[in-house]
Amino acid sequence: MVDVAEVAPGVPPGMSGGPPPIPEFQIVPLRGLILVAVVIVALIVAIAGNWLWALDFFHVVGGGMWTGIDLFVGFIIGPIIGRMSIAARIEFSTRFMPKMLLLMPTLVTMTLAAGWQLARHLGHLNAGYNRHGWLVASYLVVGVMAVIAIGLLEPANLAVLFELKKPRPDPDLIGRLMKRFIYTAGITGAMQVATLVIMTRLAT
Amino acid sequence: MSTTEERTLPPVGELAIATIGLIVIGGVYMAAHLPKHFSLVIPIIDLAVAVALVVTNVVLLSRIRSFAWRTFFLVGKWALAAYMVISGMLVYVFARDHTPAGPMAVLAGMLATFAVDIPMLFGFSVARFAAPDPPT
Repeated sequence: MVDVAEVAPGVPPGMSGGPPPIPEFQIVPLRGLILVAVVIVALIVAIAGNWLWALDFFHVVGGGMWTGIDLFVGFIIGPIIGRMSIAARIEFSTRFMPKMLLLMPTLVTMTLAAGWQLARHLGHLNAGYNRHGWLVASYLVVGVMAVIAIGLLEPANLAVLFELKKPRPDPDLIGRLMKRFIYTAGITGAMQVATLVIMTRLAT
Repeated sequence: MSTTEERTLPPVGELAIATIGLIVIGGVYMAAHLPKHFSLVIPIIDLAVAVALVVTNVVLLSRIRSFAWRTFFLVGKWALAAYMVISGMLVYVFARDHTPAGPMAVLAGMLATFAVDIPMLFGFSVARFAAPDPPT
């Protein structure tokens, strides 16, 4: 699925010896929090106002981005990172991981909250709905993805960021945590294919 | 460089993931049955086991003598803030949908357990690789 280069313990993390330079970065990008707050407030307003179009917008846009990013990271970015030098991987991580820390929980929250409200308005939550089974299947897929993402992927993401903030980051540890991040992103990406099947089935 | 990961630490991460699994199972079960009336026996048992796992985790954590507690609480408090927002958002959605009191109480309990469990998992996941706090 993904190919991640092993990091040999004891090998200097840079290509030419010595630790690679680590760019200054914020674990949580503070400016991004403003955007997150705007999205959450807009979502609350859409739910409170029962605005079907807005709920549809949040669910489709959020779900599309969530699915697309999972697939892209798991199957495109992941294998590329796996073949990068340690120095390049560290530089990429310092720029990429903080953004993912804010982006993914926001997309998941807007997709699920808007999706639930949308299903309620359209009467899809009722057990009598002829495709209720598909909806329950989507809950199961999202549930498994949630366990993987919250239980494995996000802790690895955080641990990498904190390791990179140390004066002398451990390249072996970063390699192992990045491997876990990329594998779990690949698994959730594969599961997103099931979500695509279910959602297109429901919408047809 | 030796990290705290090489020490023997209790299975806090594993128990926290099991707790997430139980909350997800309970949540999916309830979401699949709402809005009609259904028995709450299974979700209540599920929630009770999840709470027991969280309490076990707190006890296990409290027994660790040398640990990066400052890092643990730094990560934990921000994760708690974030997951309070997410859980609050979900409680708001269910309350707005006039979910009956019984299922609403169980759902709120599940979301509260979720909001406590995740910060503990995140804090532990980071602190286990950090240097332990110096003895005071």
